[in-house]
Parts: sequence; structure tokens; C-alpha cells
Amino acid sequence: MTIEILMPALSPTMTEGNLLKWHKKEGDSVAAGDMLAEIETDKATMEVEAVDDGILAKILVAEGTENVQVNSVIAVLAEEGESVEEAAAYTSSESGKTERKESPSEEVSSEDKATSAETKPSKPAESKEKSSSQVENNDRIIASPLAKRIAAQGNIDLKSIQGTGPKGRIIKNDVLEAESAGMKNNKPAAIEYGESGFTDVSVSSMRKVIAKRLSESKQTVPHFYLSVDVEIDALMQMRKELNNAIDPEKVTVNDFVLKACAQALMEVPEANASWMGDTIRLYQNADISVAVALDDGLITPIVRAANLKSLRSISSEVKELVKKAKNGSLKPEEFQGGSFSLSNLGMYGINQFQAIVNPPQGCILAVGAGIQKPVAKNGEMKIATVMNCTLSVDHRVIDGKVGALLLSAIKRNLENPVLMLA
Amino acid sequence: MTTQYDLAVIGAGPGGYVAAIRAAQLGQKVCVIEKQHLGGVCLNWGCIPTKALLKTSEIFSDIKRAGDFGLNVKEVGFDMKKVVKRSRDVADQLSAGIKHLLKKNKITVVEGHGRFINNATVEVTNNNKKEAISFKNALIATGARPRALPGLPFDGEKVLSSKEAMIQEQLPKKLLIIGSGAIGIEFASFYNAMSSDVTVVEMQKNILPVEDAEISALAQKAFEKKGINILTETTAENFKVSKTGVEATIKGPKKGTQETFDKVIVAIGVVPNTEDLGLEKTKIKLEKNGQVAVNELCQTAESNIYAIGDVISPPWLAHKASHEGIMVADHIAGRKTHPVKIENIPGCTYSNPQIASVGLTEAQTKEKGLSVKIGRFPFQGNGKAIAMGKPDGLVKLIFDAKTGELHGAHLIGADVTELIHSLVIAKKLETTEEDLMETVFPHPTLSEMIHEATLDAFDRVIHF
Repeated sequence: MTIEILMPALSPTMTEGNLLKWHKKEGDSVAAGDMLAEIETDKATMEVEAVDDGILAKILVAEGTENVQVNSVIAVLAEEGESVEEAAAYTSSESGKTERKESPSEEVSSEDKATSAETKPSKPAESKEKSSSQVENNDRIIASPLAKRIAAQGNIDLKSIQGTGPKGRIIKNDVLEAESAGMKNNKPAAIEYGESGFTDVSVSSMRKVIAKRLSESKQTVPHFYLSVDVEIDALMQMRKELNNAIDPEKVTVNDFVLKACAQALMEVPEANASWMGDTIRLYQNADISVAVALDDGLITPIVRAANLKSLRSISSEVKELVKKAKNGSLKPEEFQGGSFSLSNLGMYGINQFQAIVNPPQGCILAVGAGIQKPVAKNGEMKIATVMNCTLSVDHRVIDGKVGALLLSAIKRNLENPVLMLA
Repeated sequence: MTTQYDLAVIGAGPGGYVAAIRAAQLGQKVCVIEKQHLGGVCLNWGCIPTKALLKTSEIFSDIKRAGDFGLNVKEVGFDMKKVVKRSRDVADQLSAGIKHLLKKNKITVVEGHGRFINNATVEVTNNNKKEAISFKNALIATGARPRALPGLPFDGEKVLSSKEAMIQEQLPKKLLIIGSGAIGIEFASFYNAMSSDVTVVEMQKNILPVEDAEISALAQKAFEKKGINILTETTAENFKVSKTGVEATIKGPKKGTQETFDKVIVAIGVVPNTEDLGLEKTKIKLEKNGQVAVNELCQTAESNIYAIGDVISPPWLAHKASHEGIMVADHIAGRKTHPVKIENIPGCTYSNPQIASVGLTEAQTKEKGLSVKIGRFPFQGNGKAIAMGKPDGLVKLIFDAKTGELHGAHLIGADVTELIHSLVIAKKLETTEEDLMETVFPHPTLSEMIHEATLDAFDRVIHF
């Protein structure tokens, strides 16, 4: 018998997902438990395992296909003894009537003769004519008018109910049972060690983009990390003087870091680069993306050609961009692109962290808080304001040495802020 | 010689033979053991022959008022022998039909009386021949027989059960009917139409006690108008049966009277046929009232022996037994079953006027504390009913006030037994009032009253 492999539901609410990758090719033999494919939803990526042995006769949904409906047939398996050609001739026309492969139905008749003298019902036999899944095509929920009305009145989602009527039709009793089950769940929970409650929050499109891009980055970009402590007492002193002079506008430490990075990227131009697959793109200017935290995510507006701009103009430009980011008025060209990213969590007291590369950029600098620490200098203990800078690097573009050169250039600029006035 | 069957059915009534056919359809090797008539009581001594009699009385009544329709008919009469013969012919024809159906489905018919000798074997006795039949599964579909009144055994002459009541070749002049369920009322209607003097006594407050009280009251009025003497909250006792008739004390709520009748029909229910089945050789248990004890899948305490129909529970209706039979056959074959919901089983009384119902009565909805909307539509408002010259009757529908669920449908009037099925479908499919309102009923038909009664429940009635 041809075994249908169905798009699995990774969660009760999942209705569709993306088929990321096939781990088997047509014609490969498959053993129960083998990983067949990877499926992605908005929440998770999961592996589809083979339940039966056989030969992967035909892949019906190619890898990379998005929005594949749950329970649609994604491939067919030829069972042992079955001709693969025959199974491969399977057409997806039946895919509407998706049948989950069920555990073998209980044989009732003679086995059930049993000895029980009780008038208890023996377990009703599983349907051999398996009632097809309630949703014949995914748009239409088969339910009786009464079931629909009771569900609407009780605010019950019919999609969450398995029907028991003919062909899986949802009937009144199914809704009432779902309702009473739901009411049970709503009772204040007794204190016990069990599953804790949760709330599923719908995902904003920004969150989807973050999830997609960062997963992609962390999974495909070979990261390495370089970390250095930077003493910023001189920088703080200069900032104080500068701010006294140019009051009311304040130049921030981050503005200095941005400038230091821009200048360092000019000094180590091979680090101002992107991996483009077949080529490496070298940027002429330092277009620096600044991570700005928003209530529902983050965005990275860009200070273009920061290498050509003064501290003051960088400072006012960053202020303007942050303002726009917070009120959502950034134009696409103000946050798309960039050659290097800067992420600073120092204001939250974080002293060190590693950021995820923002593709296709080659590096991102994670900046911690400036903290007073004892520092040994020329055999003596001194107190210095120390700020950690950690560079995350895409090894495909930038090797360790280049990364180290860049980070030490940044450190030198920050520790000798006068260089940034040049 | 022992033959092994997947399913041995005892009793070829509407439960047994339907179960047998369904099981055969599902590839089972099936035999039916029947000691008398294929088709059982329903077909031979119940539903069918009485419908033949009632058709006679209906035509007779119609002809007597032929003048209303502009027809000149003189000398209307009847011959009871011929009336009964037609009824028997109809039954015989259908019984032969069952034989053909069983043959077509390759079901073995074993004539004789079946008795279990253990939980895997039935011994069938036919005259002096004995045959052992071994089975994987068995089905007890032995039905029920008329219940006698204590102190008044059936004699077939003066004290009649439904069976003898349908083969009276001489019309009783003065007839007492004890019990006003469907059977009592159908005989009352028949004999009244054929011009007997009919008295019906009913212990309870309403005739047709299972029907909605409003319908029962309308029925009582209609029957009384036709000349039937109906005494509710009344019993008949102190019987004296003689060659000339039956003397009885009719004891009503106020006083008792002494009366004599030519014949008495006792129609006070049925007794399940469980005797002499060899049940003691199995673990099968009986309920206190003598019914075979079963679970909701109709399994007895022997899980391979099932029981259906009148032998397990009321309502004593052929269509209930048939559906249970199908459920059992499906269950034995390992298929999905459809347990029968009692509130979805319609009941019909083929008197004149007819009564048909499904679901809860108004009183039952009150007992359950349901908030309901009730719609009524009288036959007088229906064009077809007027044209037919049958302007008496009512369609009463009970909906849930909140969900619009059809809780019950109660109809009285001409041909309502042929109208009720659409409401049974509506109920089974769980339609709401909205679906019924949006359904296009053909005009002019009696069925339009279903539409109008629905509209009436929600204050939207058009034609009344």
C-alpha cells in the first residue's frame, strides 16, 4: 500500500508551514524513525520522521515551498513489496481527503468474545472506513448549523474541535464537550507540579523578520567572536568637555564608539565587507547600522558614510534616526543596507555580550557598560573606566587576523579619542 | 451437522432481518432463525396489516362525505371478510418480499425455534428435527407480544390482542378498548369509522400519553367528535367474560358504571419474548421488567450476543429495531456505528386524524428547564388542507430560545405521518430555525405548515 506522508501540525494552531529541506531523495530507502524532512512554522523548525519503512517513491512538495497546508500530502512512500513506480504514480488529487495513518483498528468480532460477564460496552471498533478528517478542504469547516451557532454563542473555535458526526462533521455534542472541557480549563488551577499555563501571542511582521533573519544568520553564518576591554577615561573626559562646550546637545559614548568604528573600518578596509556567495563586497564608506530597541522589536537605522562625518553630526543624526525609529517614520533607505552594525546594551548595565551578525554585513560590535574597575598598570593597581567591546565576525568574509586588526583599531581610537578629531 | 455462522439472528422481524441483510452486505456469513413469519409482528401482525385496515376505513369515511366533493355515491357498504382478506394479502405479499431479500443477500433462513445451548451455539427445533448452529456472534431479535391485563387473559374470541383485533370478520357492535397508546387508538379509529360503538379507557390523564399534551387534547376532541367514547383517568375492572360478551366495571375519577361489550381489545403494551430461548445457558441477564439487559451498543452480558428491538427497550417501534440492527451489524464488522438517539426517533399513529411526533414534548422541555419558542400553525391556514377537505389539525414546533435547536415537532391532522420525516432529518442534521426558514417548501402542500410554524415560533408567520 502506498503510504502518504502528510504535512504535520507542529502545534494545535498550525494550519500551514514551510517545507525547508528534504533529507531523503526520491528512490532512497527509508526506515521508521529516519529524518525525512525539515518543516518550518512561524514558531519552530521541526523534523519529519518516517513512521514506516519503505522507499521514498515521490516527493510532491519540493523543498523551499512555503505555506504548505497541514495534512496535505507532501510525499508518498512505497511499502516493501510494492512497486516504486506504482507508488510514484500517486497523484495528489486525493490530497484533499487526507487520511492520517491510524493505528490498526481493533479487531472486534471473535476476539472480543472474551469472558466478561459485565454489561459494560466493549470498546467500539475503530472505524475501518476511517472517517475522513473534518476539514475536507481547509477553508470549510464541516459542522451542523446548530453546532456552528452554539460555537459562535460560546466563542468556541470550531477549528479546534474534532467532529464525531458522519465524515467528521462537528455536531452539537462535540461543541458542548469542547465547551465543558474548556470550562474545566478555566477553573483556577490548584497548586501542583504540572504543566504551567501559557499564552500564545500573535507574531508581528517585524518579529517574523527578526526571527527569520537572525535564525538564518545564526544557522548559516559561521560566527567567531573577539573581545577586548577598552579604557574610556580619556573619552569620558573629552566627552565632558565637548558637552560643556556644545550644550544643550549631548554627544553620547555611543556616538564616540560609532565614530571609532567608522574610522577603524577605513583603516582595515578588508573588514568593511559582505559575503555575497560567489563574491565578497568591499564597501567604500562605513555605513553603520545602529541597533535601536523598540517596544515590539528592534530596528537598525543607518548612519551613512560615518567615516566622513564629525562626531557632532553623527550625534545629531543618530538622535534623529532614533526618534524616527520610535515613531515608525523611518524610510526604507534609512534602515536597509549598511556595512557594519553596532549594538550597545551598556545603558542596561550589561558588561559584555555577543551579538548576532546582521547579514549580509561582515561584523557587528557589541558594546557593554563603562564600569570602573581596578586595572594593573606598570605593576600598580589603578582604577579605570573599562568598557567591553565584543566583535562578532562572519568567518566567510573576515578571518581572525583581520577581525583582530579591526577591533584593536577600534580600541585604539576609543582609548585615544583625539584621533577621532582628525 | 453443525454449520458455523459469523452471525446467527434469532427472529426475522424488522430488527432481525435488517441486521441480517446489513451483516451480509458487510461480507458476513449470516443465518436467520424464525419460527413463524418472515417480517415478524410488524409486517404480519402489526404495522403493515393495520395500515391496510386503516386505509379501508379512511376511504370509507371519505366516501360517506363524497357529497361534500360534488360526488353522488349511493349505497356505501363493506364486507369485513374482504376487508380482512385485503389486509392479510398485503402482509403476505410483503412477507414474500422479505424472503426474496434474504435470498438475494445469501442469508440462510432456518425455520424453527432457536435456543442457546451455550454462548456459541443455538439449537433450532423444527417439529422433531434439531439442528445445531454455531456462531461467532448472535443477535436476539425476538421482539415482544401483547401484554394481557391481569385477570383478563386473551381468549381470541371476546378478549382480543392486537393480533386478533385485526382479523375480525364480523364487526363488533360495542367495543371496549383498554389502553390509548398508538395501537389502541388505531383500532378505535378503525372500528369507529366502520361504525362500531367504541369506548376507549385510559388510566392516564391524556390519551396517547407519550404525545405532547396539546396534541393529545386535540386528538381526543377529534375522536369524540367522530363518536368515540373516551374515558381518561379511568380503569376497567371486574370483568365477566361470557359467550355473549364481556361485562366490566368502568371506574372513572367520579363514579363507576357497569357496562357490557361485545368484545374487548387490550392494548396496554407488550411483554418481551425472552422465554424458552436458553438464556439460562448463557450469562445473559434480564432487567426487572423482563427486558434483555444490554449496553448502548446492544451487547448483552455475553459480549458476542447482542439484542435489539422490543426485547430490550421501548419505544416499541420497528424503525428503532431496524436501526439498532444496523448498528449491531456494523459493530460486529468493526465499522463505525451510529447509536440511535431516542429523541431522534419519530413516532406515528395512523388514526384519523393522524398523529406524528419527534423529540421532546412541551412538558418535557419544561421539566428540563429549557427556554423555548413554540410555533403553531393550524390546518385551517393551509391552502392544500382546505382543498383536500381536511382542515383540522395542527403543526407545533418547539425550538430552543437561544440556540434555535429543534427540540420537538408534534403534528396532528391529515397525512402528518408523511410530513414528520422532514423534521426528523432537520433534527438529525441539527438545523436551526434559520435553515428551516430559508428552506423553500413547495406550494401548495401540507409541508408549508412546517415552514409557517417555524416562522410563527419567531413571530414571523405569514399566513395566519
